[in-house]
Amino acid sequence: MIPETLKTSLKARVASALTPREAAVDVMKELQAHYGWLTDEAVEEAAALLGLSPLQVEELATFYEMIYRRPVGKKVIHVCDSISCWCADCDKIIQHLKDKLGVGLGGTTADGMFTLIPCCCMGMCGDSPAMSVGGVPYGKLTPELVDEILEMERNNR
Amino acid sequence: MELPLFRHNRPNRVVTFDEYREEGGFEALKKAFSGMSPNDVQQAVMDSGLRGRGGAGFSTGRKWSFVPRDLPGPRWLICNCDEMEPGTYKDRVLLEHNPYSLIEGMTLACYALGVRHAFIFIRKGYEKAAANLARGIEEAKKAGLLGEHILGSEHSIDLDLHLSAGRYICGEETALINALEGKRPNPRSKPPFPAVKGLWQGPTVVNNVETLANVPAIVANGAPWFKGLALNPEGAGSKLFCVSGSVKNRACVELPIGTTLGDIIDGACGGMRDGRKFKACIPGGASTQFLKPEHWTLPMDYETVAKAGSRLGSGGVIVFDEGHCLVEATLNLITFFARESCGWCTPCREGLPYVKEILTRIENGRGEEDDITILREHVKYLNYTFCALAPGAMAPLDGLLRDFEDEVREHITKKKCPFKG
Ligand SMILES: Cc1cc2nc3c(=O)[nH]c(=O)nc-3n(C[C@H](O)[C@H](O)[C@H](O)COP(=O)(O)O)c2cc1C
Ligand code: SF4
Ligand code: FES
Repeated sequence: MIPETLKTSLKARVASALTPREAAVDVMKELQAHYGWLTDEAVEEAAALLGLSPLQVEELATFYEMIYRRPVGKKVIHVCDSISCWCADCDKIIQHLKDKLGVGLGGTTADGMFTLIPCCCMGMCGDSPAMSVGGVPYGKLTPELVDEILEMERNNR
Repeated sequence: MELPLFRHNRPNRVVTFDEYREEGGFEALKKAFSGMSPNDVQQAVMDSGLRGRGGAGFSTGRKWSFVPRDLPGPRWLICNCDEMEPGTYKDRVLLEHNPYSLIEGMTLACYALGVRHAFIFIRKGYEKAAANLARGIEEAKKAGLLGEHILGSEHSIDLDLHLSAGRYICGEETALINALEGKRPNPRSKPPFPAVKGLWQGPTVVNNVETLANVPAIVANGAPWFKGLALNPEGAGSKLFCVSGSVKNRACVELPIGTTLGDIIDGACGGMRDGRKFKACIPGGASTQFLKPEHWTLPMDYETVAKAGSRLGSGGVIVFDEGHCLVEATLNLITFFARESCGWCTPCREGLPYVKEILTRIENGRGEEDDITILREHVKYLNYTFCALAPGAMAPLDGLLRDFEDEVREHITKKKCPFKG
């Protein structure tokens, strides 16, 4: 169950949209922020708020890269593996992340802190290789910088 | 001559509303609202030769002219800021420095097209750009430049932000329309084209950020001025080139249309990195063919780049040096497209993973002579798909087979990647 305040603000968001459905992505994102991922319960709640069936919400939820329909760590790491980052040797960075976190792609660290997911071009090609941690973008990555960022993000909940 | 898009940029921060106005910002809007009809604005854009900066390079004035004027019901304008084409980051750089040119440009476009309500569709990860826009919209409203009764006139225009959740196909204009409506963003069939039946079945224009941000300067200075910015007679205006890969300074720069490839790399980017040698580049984002050293002096303009067998596309220039294996680079691009395929039509959904498998085999030294033929067939057949994603995916592969067939063959005959020790 979501708190009344969140429910009220989501209802307001839906009401301000030209059609309720247009607010679907915003509603899913807010619910995801609340639960940590888009739980089955969240799908049903989104459906009720939007006047859709849970299946219609599911159709949307499974389409977007940044909507998680499975449990994820506290912070999701999206590491770019597209072409400009490839030019900047992102393979090395991805390997380093795997080693450092002790997980494969898609995996979550044992302490539940990080989930590692590869992603498409982040629009940071000029600062490649790039990744984002819990939504915060980082560029010009080196293995040393990755260590620093992980340390900082771990302490900075 | 002063180029319109980055003119207001400050080195490390966003320009303020007051600064933008002091430097002539929103003067175009005043000019249009005080003495130009909507048709005049559209005509100026038509005459300017402005072409869409989102990838396809279609004439903006012509696109606007397809919107029927006599249909009842609302029409819509959508700004496409999905920008997920690998190698492309110009819209982000523009909006992180200046949201106002886009806001003013969209207001002018709405005026020209008779649109009451417009949207800016923003990708996930561009929260800073979105925050700048949200603030800019409020500032413009307060100043009477947006919202109800703009500049005291009978025209009212609203701009809304739609923040997406990450998926490349949302940049395709009909998928974007579905996404905005809150539907699963598979593309729609064309025809009907969005100009006739788009958002909520109403006439809809979809334009790129950079395209719309050019409109104020065109209205303020006139079409001949805009045309004259280009270095070659066929071209018009400036272009944002965002460069990545093996150059010294990977930068997003505004240059006149018609600037040569060599001048972009040597001039704006300080040349190649660490004394490396230029081997090839992709000039306009992942869906374009390779250009080679012989194209060093090629003027970067839609027509000339097309004549050279590639496309100016988004202006995302990805530079490869002699140490890069282009089979592996193409494999990286195809992997992207295979992952981003929306799965709606079979040739793309099944074909791209198959192409990926073959390229993986070749890269790993297990390729066979027949593979080249199979790849060529895919280049041909993946043009017949529901949307332009799969043909876009085939562009670099087509380029690889056309320009670097020897390199592909070497992988097969040597049974290994010649770039790996
Ligand atoms: C798969 C795919 C992705 C696209 N992504 C974008 C994008 O991120 N931004 C964009 O402006 N255009 C993108 N386009 C092109 C749009 O469909 C459309 O042509 C463009 O937004 C029109 O604007 P313009 O005429 O101003 O260039 C994409 C097209 C395809 C097929
Ligand atoms: S070509 Fe690919 S992305 Fe386009 S509709 Fe077909 S499956 Fe979807
Ligand atoms: S390719 Fe990695 S940020 Fe663009």
